[in-house]
Amino acid sequence: MTKDRSYESVMARKGEIMKKAVGIDFDKFESGSIGFDYEKMMLETGYSIQEIEEIQKHTGVGNTPLYELKNITALARKFAPKGKGARIFLKDEASNASGSFKARRAATSIYHAKKLGYKGAIAATSGNYGAAVASQCSMNGLKAIVVQECYDSRGVGQPEIIEKARACEAYGAEVVQLTVGPELFYSFLLLLEDTGYFNASLYTPFAIAGVETLGYELAMEFREREGKDPDVVVVTNAGGGNLTGTARGLLKAGAKDTQVIGASVDLTGLHMASDKQFNKKSFTTGHTGFGIPFSTWPDRSDVPRSAARPLRYLDRYVTMNQGTVFYMTELLAQIEGLERGPAGNTALSAAFKLAQEMDQDQIIVVQETEYTGAGKHILPQLTFAKENGIELLIGDPTEEIPGKNIILPKDPSYVKVKELDVDKLKLSLIKHCISNSNATKVNKDDVAFLIAETKSNEKFVKKALEDLNVSIVE
Amino acid sequence: MDAKRGDWVRIHEIVLKVGERAPGIPEDTQNVPLEMWDKGFLLNESANFGDEVEVETYIGRKVKGTLIEKNPYWKHNFGKAVPEILYIGRQAKEILSREGELND
Repeated sequence: MTKDRSYESVMARKGEIMKKAVGIDFDKFESGSIGFDYEKMMLETGYSIQEIEEIQKHTGVGNTPLYELKNITALARKFAPKGKGARIFLKDEASNASGSFKARRAATSIYHAKKLGYKGAIAATSGNYGAAVASQCSMNGLKAIVVQECYDSRGVGQPEIIEKARACEAYGAEVVQLTVGPELFYSFLLLLEDTGYFNASLYTPFAIAGVETLGYELAMEFREREGKDPDVVVVTNAGGGNLTGTARGLLKAGAKDTQVIGASVDLTGLHMASDKQFNKKSFTTGHTGFGIPFSTWPDRSDVPRSAARPLRYLDRYVTMNQGTVFYMTELLAQIEGLERGPAGNTALSAAFKLAQEMDQDQIIVVQETEYTGAGKHILPQLTFAKENGIELLIGDPTEEIPGKNIILPKDPSYVKVKELDVDKLKLSLIKHCISNSNATKVNKDDVAFLIAETKSNEKFVKKALEDLNVSIVE
Repeated sequence: MDAKRGDWVRIHEIVLKVGERAPGIPEDTQNVPLEMWDKGFLLNESANFGDEVEVETYIGRKVKGTLIEKNPYWKHNFGKAVPEILYIGRQAKEILSREGELND
């Protein structure tokens, strides 16, 4: 019997399709109330750090170079108060097979897919993860399909995304390209159902566990090299997996005092599902359009319970404009001799400013880079912006209006970050949790769950629940 | 005849028509269809651009759509000259060559 392929019917089969395609029974981690057992999910379905290191060793992933950015540090110190200006380090994740940290996520996902006997894997992504899945599938003899949101209704594609499609094809994957819209998920579900392939979601426990090695490696490397843990690790934040995995890895290594700071490009005002605004942005990932919705409600992803839960680990969250990230990308090439893709340099932009608040003997780490190439480079991305009516200016980046202009900092003193109110994000997460479950009362375990979800305390969560008129029962 | 069996081609398909799109998405997106592009080896004996065809994708899946291109290739590149960025490296090097910290 042929199943109904209409939008409504396919979306209604979501749960059933997902269960078959991920091989995890998420129900068993549910509490029956608002919470679920996150750590149990990670423990039972993930892999240990040692197992992952072993998997990644065989697939060209991990042990990436760690550079001290001495010239960028020296430049930051020129603008810092006396005695300030932490040493800035960079983990060159572009050196992974397929050119980004996403290889860590794909390596464990595809290993797992193969172990479970799937013949292929599908990933819904316009990012580096597509190439990562394609590359890992190629190594493991699995077929790969990558589904991308790529074009607007004029058929004009983001150069960065088109380059990623090319890379996926280079590794032998089939690339299904779509126009703008969240119904990509509908096409994705149909593909999973038609092929019986594995859902190589970015948000499964194995994908996130794959990033834990990054945090773990950082702690080990700094202990060996500098005799201490890094003081701050800055992570580019979009869907939250990079931050979650890195932070968990640091904790597993015992680096409890290392601060984890998220960084995103500020795209406030641009709607991510708008056909007309799709090509008005110059960053297709690492921006607030993903960073904020995914941190305040992680379970909007393509699995019932996301393993990427950044507010459990985040200490601070900063944003900067698009022009600043392009500026830092150019600076990294010009004074450090490292030409890397712009999107991966979001955290670097934040680190340049954050280092100026820290003492000179402190260490701040930028934990990723990504490969660069045609389309995925400062020149084509700025050319594309201009062709789409965006004005390119040199001046004060805080005056940038996403979708209207891009402002490059006129000198390094203009590299600035905006501090997001993390407590506000935490309150938003609690609100989502309550409204999405229609709860009017919660129990003690739910309170404990919300405390963990928001890395907060009983007082904070109780006050938030009180403000939402939710009562706590024993 | 624009393509024959076995040719590497690109196809296009409307996945959701206007009116079938998901509720809650922005109006400008509601007003356009959800479109899809894929590539594969042509399975029809022969076809012209604009014909409904079937292809076998690189991994062996069979997909239907409108034939739009034969031997598709990537057209993205390194963009045009962007003279606005040229100050960045020169200015940073000049600042680094100055003695001492600027705040001393």
